[in-house]
Amino acid sequence: MSEIEKGQVMTANRLRDGEVVFLTRSGEWNEKIDEAVLALEPQATAALEARAKDDVKATLVTGPYLFDAERVGGKVRALHMRERIRTLGPTVRLDLGKQAEGTAGAFAFKEA
Amino acid sequence: MYRYDEFDHQFVQERTAQFRDQANRRLSGALTEDEFRPLRLMNGLYLQLHAYMLRVAIPYGTLSSKQMRQLAYIADKWDRGYGHFTTRQNIQYNWIKLEDTADILAALAEVEMHAIQTSGNCIRNVTTDHWAGAAADEIADPRPVGELLRQWSSLHPEFSYLPRKFKIAVTGAPNDRAAVKVHDIGLRLHKNDAGAIGWEVMVGGGQGRTPMIAVTVRDFLPEKELVAYIEAIMRVYNLYGRRDNKYKARIKILVHEIGAEKFKAEVEAEYARRPEQTTHVEERELQRIADYFAPPAFEKLSRFSPTFEEAKLLHPGFARWARNNLAAHRVDGYTIVNISLKPEGGIPGDATSDQMRLMADLAERYSHDELRVSHPQNIILPHVKKDDALAIWQALVPAELATSNYGLAGDIIACPGMDYCSLATARSIPISQAISRKFADLDVQEKIGPVKINISGCINACGHHHVGHIGILGLDKKGEEFYQITLGGSSTESASIGSILGPGFAGHEVADAIEKILTTYVNLRQPGEEFLYAYRRLGPQPFKEALYAAA
Repeated sequence: MSEIEKGQVMTANRLRDGEVVFLTRSGEWNEKIDEAVLALEPQATAALEARAKDDVKATLVTGPYLFDAERVGGKVRALHMRERIRTLGPTVRLDLGKQAEGTAGAFAFKEA
Repeated sequence: MYRYDEFDHQFVQERTAQFRDQANRRLSGALTEDEFRPLRLMNGLYLQLHAYMLRVAIPYGTLSSKQMRQLAYIADKWDRGYGHFTTRQNIQYNWIKLEDTADILAALAEVEMHAIQTSGNCIRNVTTDHWAGAAADEIADPRPVGELLRQWSSLHPEFSYLPRKFKIAVTGAPNDRAAVKVHDIGLRLHKNDAGAIGWEVMVGGGQGRTPMIAVTVRDFLPEKELVAYIEAIMRVYNLYGRRDNKYKARIKILVHEIGAEKFKAEVEAEYARRPEQTTHVEERELQRIADYFAPPAFEKLSRFSPTFEEAKLLHPGFARWARNNLAAHRVDGYTIVNISLKPEGGIPGDATSDQMRLMADLAERYSHDELRVSHPQNIILPHVKKDDALAIWQALVPAELATSNYGLAGDIIACPGMDYCSLATARSIPISQAISRKFADLDVQEKIGPVKINISGCINACGHHHVGHIGILGLDKKGEEFYQITLGGSSTESASIGSILGPGFAGHEVADAIEKILTTYVNLRQPGEEFLYAYRRLGPQPFKEALYAAA
């Protein structure tokens, strides 16, 4: 089994359409959490924060913040239910949101 | 019917153009989010978990079929083919893009609708009894007074920057279906011994993190004095209401902190200072507004409809629906149709665009072109001939709109919760679905009888949990969702705030807990005693024992 790494992911809403996006390794904003950088140390989170601040100014995104996540087998998952819902879509409408659009990442809702 | 006048037309057009410019400036970077946020909120545009959310005002919950069709069109063109009817008699769209919003507002303006004052610290959309103008127990239609207050409060410069949001509810019937005692101002129409009508004015009710029942400041105010008197209340609030702490800024806190008597004295002093002649509403103005809501041309029909009675004998499913979902109309031969937006396992208050269009068609054909949104998140056809009820039911069944659970355990109020809302601390909808499935058997629901189960996904209480006979509040406990149960709340004329029964439950335990509570009630009730009254007689003890006694 692969080891579990815990860290933080930078997220925001894309300004023009509100879509939930995550900051990637290449410094772009992507709709898929699997593409997100998982910052494991304070230096890395500071870099994400700086980048997010610039992109807010550049009117790419709005309301950026960091949330706790883990990486298992190369795939990223939010720890808290609220963030999982943002990465997937509503738990009561599996036909809507990222989970229905192929941008949900590896971890779908298992619990009822 | 509610309608725009020429002033509404002009300012809504201007506001749409203004918002288009503001949105463009935001997208270009000329406005920062901090600058733009209050501007978008003034136009009902929020940022939620998955996208922007647009809240559209439906004054008094009243819609024409044309307006309902436009709501369906917006759902299809700019959202995901559905909308959510809210506990404020409004509709919300969950998947809105900022870059589309000005076009949506323009589409709303085409049918005399908008999203103004659905957010922000202003006087919000005035709500009323969803059976207004139709209910058998009504003294007078409350909507003209709602409309008077809407016209007075819309873009009112003095009351656009209040300490906090402000909600007014109006009822014209003794049986309060508008929850007036849990609003910032509640108005109740009643008759005195001489047969004259006047308004009881109640202030300082509310839900949220500090639930309170409103206190009466005037028992019998003549209609022409309403605006001036409410203005006096608003001035006292605007002056003394706290602006230092968001959680203490609602008028209920002011009334509570200085005391009802002192508050009342302040209002009366302010009111006495006013030059009387210029602030009373003229009779002809009241009449002009009342004409907007003139009743439709009802036919003279017999109270007894053989067609209707025969249909009930022929179709047991229809008989059940008629028993639960129809209500007494004030005109002989007519009935009020309550369309449940709570199918088994469904999402309370959600309707697809196809369902909206079907309901619009039925309203056009059978209900004088009128629909209502109710605060318990259902849709009403207010003026239906009993002779037509069967045809309506037959049209609703295939659209999954004929669930016969109006006012029963399956008719659950639920806010969007953490599935959509950025403020939520827990999900509401899955809890509602689990309870709905648990009581899927309509025989069981009918045996239990009237009960209101209300669910909120956070302390802000959009799901009205404080005033549910059974209230459920979703919270976050160390990163996990858990749910507190309250019993004994009510939003009617005998309003009360529910009391917490005991320790909370995990999400998957809630439906079982509700079943235990209702089983306990059924075992202990007296003949004909509804849940709320049984609880008031019995107190919490038997329910505590049922839920928490050692297994």
